[in-house]
Amino acid sequence: MTGAAPQAAIPSDAKPRLPRGVRLTHNEAQGGWVLLAPERIFKADAVAVEILKRCTGEATFAAIVDDLAANFKAPRERIETDVGNLLRSLADKRLLEL
Amino acid sequence: MASVDAAIHAPLGLLAELTHRCPLGCPYCSNPLALDAPKDELDTASWARVFREAAGLGILQVHLSGGEPASRRDLADIVGSAHEAGLYSNLITSGVGLTGTRLRELADNGLDHVQVSIQDAEPQSADRIAGYDGAFARKREMAAEVVRLGLPLTVNIVVHRANIDRIEEMVALALSLGAHRVEIAHVQYYGWALKNRGALMPSREQAERAMETTGALRKQHHGRIVIDSALPDYYARYPKPCMGGWGRRSLNVTPSGKVLPCHAAEAIPGLTFWSVTEYSLADIWRHSPAFNAFRGTDWMAEPCRSCPKQREDFGGCRCQAFLLTGDARAADPVCHLSPLHDEVERIAAIQTDAFEYRRFRTPVVAP
Repeated sequence: MTGAAPQAAIPSDAKPRLPRGVRLTHNEAQGGWVLLAPERIFKADAVAVEILKRCTGEATFAAIVDDLAANFKAPRERIETDVGNLLRSLADKRLLEL
Repeated sequence: MASVDAAIHAPLGLLAELTHRCPLGCPYCSNPLALDAPKDELDTASWARVFREAAGLGILQVHLSGGEPASRRDLADIVGSAHEAGLYSNLITSGVGLTGTRLRELADNGLDHVQVSIQDAEPQSADRIAGYDGAFARKREMAAEVVRLGLPLTVNIVVHRANIDRIEEMVALALSLGAHRVEIAHVQYYGWALKNRGALMPSREQAERAMETTGALRKQHHGRIVIDSALPDYYARYPKPCMGGWGRRSLNVTPSGKVLPCHAAEAIPGLTFWSVTEYSLADIWRHSPAFNAFRGTDWMAEPCRSCPKQREDFGGCRCQAFLLTGDARAADPVCHLSPLHDEVERIAAIQTDAFEYRRFRTPVVAP
């Protein structure tokens, strides 16, 4: 991803995954899901959790969007845009590999 | 007490100062001048218990620090116990004293992330600042090994007058080492750094240029490396929200087991710190007098008491307020609303030359 333009669209065959050192975990005392990363902690809302759980390194971006569209009965284009934006912003923070 | 108790949120992070031993002598070290002796250090089993208690309290991340944590021969076991407790573990190291074999052991035992410090982009200057010949070369080797093992790497750059004009080169070095994140940490003046303040303090012009450079580098390297930084606070208009607020997010365990709200808290006289050798971490977090001393806003005096930003910056840093004004309840005087703000500017202008290196026994300097 070196040299990728900041707002570049995510290729449909990209297989997003959380890199080593980044993990999604549930913690009761902290009130829910959190993304743990090098010296940073992010609260993950319900939407982000659904997306991140699918970033296994096996499913393609297209498959993730299809799956979410089927499960949440929302227009595919809207889901593609929302998921794409979240994944891009995480990748820019080095919290996701594409 | 009950009302305070109810409002206390679970902490997020634990800074575990495993030892005060360190091969380097960095004059900006934030450790206290009175270092804990090796014989007083908590043993392996005690750290494992502290980590279990931390996880039970809701803590998510443990930062293994010091001194140099690699000075502990049982570091791999300590990392293993943090992992077993379910904590995300972060090793904060000088890089000196960690061989490839030891690093592999740490990775195998579940270490999540490594932060290595560099002192400068120029080897000679870096070694002079660290007070250790050959440190720069060893750090490079160690950082390369971290990346080879597939562990994420953060490079920590401590910035002061001797290297502030080379931020661009230091960030380039971090990129070439394969770091995904770089911390540009302007020296904060506590412990040894306070002792060396005159030799470390940059000029206002240098500090402002450094902030501009950092902003430009952040844009230039967007998506490649995360650049975290803060304004050198003697030149700020508002104080930093120190520790995200006293006793709000994290706690710090010293090598001998004392639990502090921040690493510099012992500088404030009159605070009573409890130890993990006598109390559980949960008890300490909720009831230790030191943690409750500056929780919330009731302790505040003016101008903080009526300030609309009091819940954003919490009045700044309590240690700095004490060290610069003599009163730990005063506004951090780096705030322009503090009546003592001009004094900070005056202090920042004082420059001296020689470093006094951080060592276990300080040489006696003739008056």
